[in-house]
Amino acid sequence: MTQISQPDQQFIKVSIWRGAGDKGGYETFDVPDQESQTILDLVSYIQQYIDPSLTYRFACRVGMCGSCAMMVNGVPRWTCRTHVKKITDKAGSLTIAPLRNLPVIKDLVVDMDVFFDKWVRAEAVHHPTRSIEQGVQPVSEDTAERQAANAAIECINCAVCYAACDVVASNPEYLGPAALNRAWSLVNDVRDGGREAILEAVSGTGGCHNCHSQQSCQKYCPNELNPTASIAGLKRETSKFALRNLLNPANKHNQGEPA
Amino acid sequence: MKVSGHQRHGLWFAYISHRLSGLLLALFLPLHFWVLSLALNDRAALDGFLSWTDLWYVKVAEYGLVFLLSLHFFGGLRLMALEWLPWSARQKTYAATALAAGFAVSTSFFLSATFYG
Repeated sequence: MTQISQPDQQFIKVSIWRGAGDKGGYETFDVPDQESQTILDLVSYIQQYIDPSLTYRFACRVGMCGSCAMMVNGVPRWTCRTHVKKITDKAGSLTIAPLRNLPVIKDLVVDMDVFFDKWVRAEAVHHPTRSIEQGVQPVSEDTAERQAANAAIECINCAVCYAACDVVASNPEYLGPAALNRAWSLVNDVRDGGREAILEAVSGTGGCHNCHSQQSCQKYCPNELNPTASIAGLKRETSKFALRNLLNPANKHNQGEPA
Repeated sequence: MKVSGHQRHGLWFAYISHRLSGLLLALFLPLHFWVLSLALNDRAALDGFLSWTDLWYVKVAEYGLVFLLSLHFFGGLRLMALEWLPWSARQKTYAATALAAGFAVSTSFFLSATFYG
């Protein structure tokens, strides 16, 4: 990126949240308007040429690592793949803030620990069924379970859905769309042996039944995943699981069949 | 109530319409049951109360009430289908249909109450 200084250069007014924790405020910068500019380009320009103390997070720049998500004009977005011209408001200005629903470390950097801790709480971790000597389990691509798992699998952990979710905002215990989406993909994965543990984990306090189906997670997921559909799937499976256990308590510790 | 940037999409408005219509109906329910109780305890008072429904502004208020009820009913059907049936990608269509059905039912009620009531 080169510094721009032509006399006829147009500028974009960019307000960026500066501060740490709950304390801070917006600071406005004039950034040169260029063709094919992304939000991440704007932030990088400010950090490189105007204020080196601006703190933000990014890695791949191509929409794979999920580290550069921020609130842009009040909407959570992956900034490396969001073009400025597509989202500037009528006044041509931009407001950039750290992701909602997560503690701010500094400026645009949030603490992702809460987000990933909830993946573990949801048992959204692999539960192996085979040792290395037994080899890789064959997976049939044709089954409905595999297709449900595949539909949920391309999450890049950007936390855009978590920032978009009003239930997370009102209930800090709620596991959130990303963790529940991952749990749903594992419930449908024949290689995962933790089906019962997952269904127990996502049924409790802050689990899938807290979801109000606002569908903001689906609306803003940059990879066009549908966590609302995954959570609805979990609601059905946990209800069936609870009903089976109620009707036949002896089944409680038997492994259920995949959905 | 201020709507934030991330809330400006059709399905969030479907959510908040369902929630607010439910809350308003819940506020109305005690009055509804109290009026019904007059049928047992004070028929003259009930007749006096029901005569209010001939007033045009009470008819408009009833129109609003039936709109809230039908919007909540059809929106609730959409949510139950979303949660208990295999996923359908037509959620925006269903939400718009719930709104249209709510409007159609309540308008039919209003026209019927106005011309035949």
